[in-house]
Amino acid sequence: MKLRYKRLGLILGAVALVAVAIGLVLNAFQSNIVFFYTPTQIVNGEVPKETSFRIGGMVLEGSLKRQDDGLTVQFAVTDTVNVVPVTYTGILPDLFKEGKGVVAQGALDSQGRFVASNVLAKHDENYMPPEAAEALKRAKVTQSPAVQPDGSNS
Amino acid sequence: MTGINWFKYAAPQTFFHLSGKWIPVLGWIAFFLAIAGLYIGFFIAPTDFQQGEAYRIIFIHVPAAWMSMVIYLAMAFWAAIGLVFNTRLSAMMALALAPTGALFTALALITGSFWGKPTWGTWWVWDARLTSELILLFLYVGFIALHASIDNPQRADRAAAIIAIVGALNVPIIYFSVQWWNTLHQGASINVASAPKMAVTMLIGMLVMTLASWAYSVAVALFRVRCIILERERHAAWVNDLKEVKS
Amino acid sequence: MQWNSFADFLSMGGYAVYVWSSFGLTILALIWEVAALRLRKSKAIKQIKQADAWAKRRVER
Repeated sequence: MKLRYKRLGLILGAVALVAVAIGLVLNAFQSNIVFFYTPTQIVNGEVPKETSFRIGGMVLEGSLKRQDDGLTVQFAVTDTVNVVPVTYTGILPDLFKEGKGVVAQGALDSQGRFVASNVLAKHDENYMPPEAAEALKRAKVTQSPAVQPDGSNS
Repeated sequence: MTGINWFKYAAPQTFFHLSGKWIPVLGWIAFFLAIAGLYIGFFIAPTDFQQGEAYRIIFIHVPAAWMSMVIYLAMAFWAAIGLVFNTRLSAMMALALAPTGALFTALALITGSFWGKPTWGTWWVWDARLTSELILLFLYVGFIALHASIDNPQRADRAAAIIAIVGALNVPIIYFSVQWWNTLHQGASINVASAPKMAVTMLIGMLVMTLASWAYSVAVALFRVRCIILERERHAAWVNDLKEVKS
Repeated sequence: MQWNSFADFLSMGGYAVYVWSSFGLTILALIWEVAALRLRKSKAIKQIKQADAWAKRRVER
């Protein structure tokens, strides 16, 4: 009797786990597979209306402004084609910087501004020491931009 | 067929003796590679220009994530071989790999979480990469639970093999998720098509840690296969003649 | 080497909690796995020995 209950429990557990896995897959395919929308998609109106969604892109250089209360910030998110202004009140992650990737959750207001309730930093897959990053930056300013960091031509 | 009779090695008895010699060797290789990898990772590799010292989690997160996928493929491979050729040892190999694979998956998820909090600003997001890796953990746990729920070992092997094989579809989904969909997780720093997007010492540290994880995983999986052999073949005469049993 | 002192190394540029808990947890998990496996092996051998002794006693009777 005891063994049979144990086996039943294990089978039910396995079935439940598979069900949860399938549920997660379906859920991901429905809405979460699109983790964020780009500014171009927002400008073209390809985003859900009335519900919150995520915007992703780069923080436009020189667009970050802090309000006097020290917590409210305004910045613009760009995918190099279109720009969407964002306002956010709260603490920004350490890696949030102008010219770097960002993903913000929120909704558009009536003036086409994105009001964020949550801001995440999206970093890229490049890892290098600060000196190398500095040298790369200088090289980009002074030299031809066609040369890649590894020395090959793009 | 000429040359070596491979099926000889598929006999649990031969395998038991052979693997016993390899486990300590692999274990020490894993240990020394891990020491070397940690040394490179903490003392030779420079700090990162974006993430500061937080990026050093990469030296376990990436090897753990790679192992979680590689072990799953190995498990599915042995499960399929066992299903097709009905070789006893193959199914035991699949069963022995599962807990180690599950452990590496959990470690990849947890260390990723410890990395995501300071860099992204969140412990968890439901993006395609993180979600598919979580599904991998459920597949491992489902495989183990289903196997444990069936008393007859042969039937358990066969049933669990189906999960292993079907679930293997998830591995390419994890790997390519960052290319196929918009994810918060960054793209791959290392791939076949382009030069690594990492400083050389960082890359070496990560590769040494990965080799250490390989050696560890093989050693631990072999050890677990030996346990499974002892448990399943405990009535066989050769098991009673083992020096571990005699002493 | 980039560390000025041992305290500097431990603080991990302010990310000590995240870095050290990641590495610590991993090491603990691996040690736990190896220990659990050793226990499993000795249990299996003990079981075989018991069954063996029991069978021998039956033969002697």
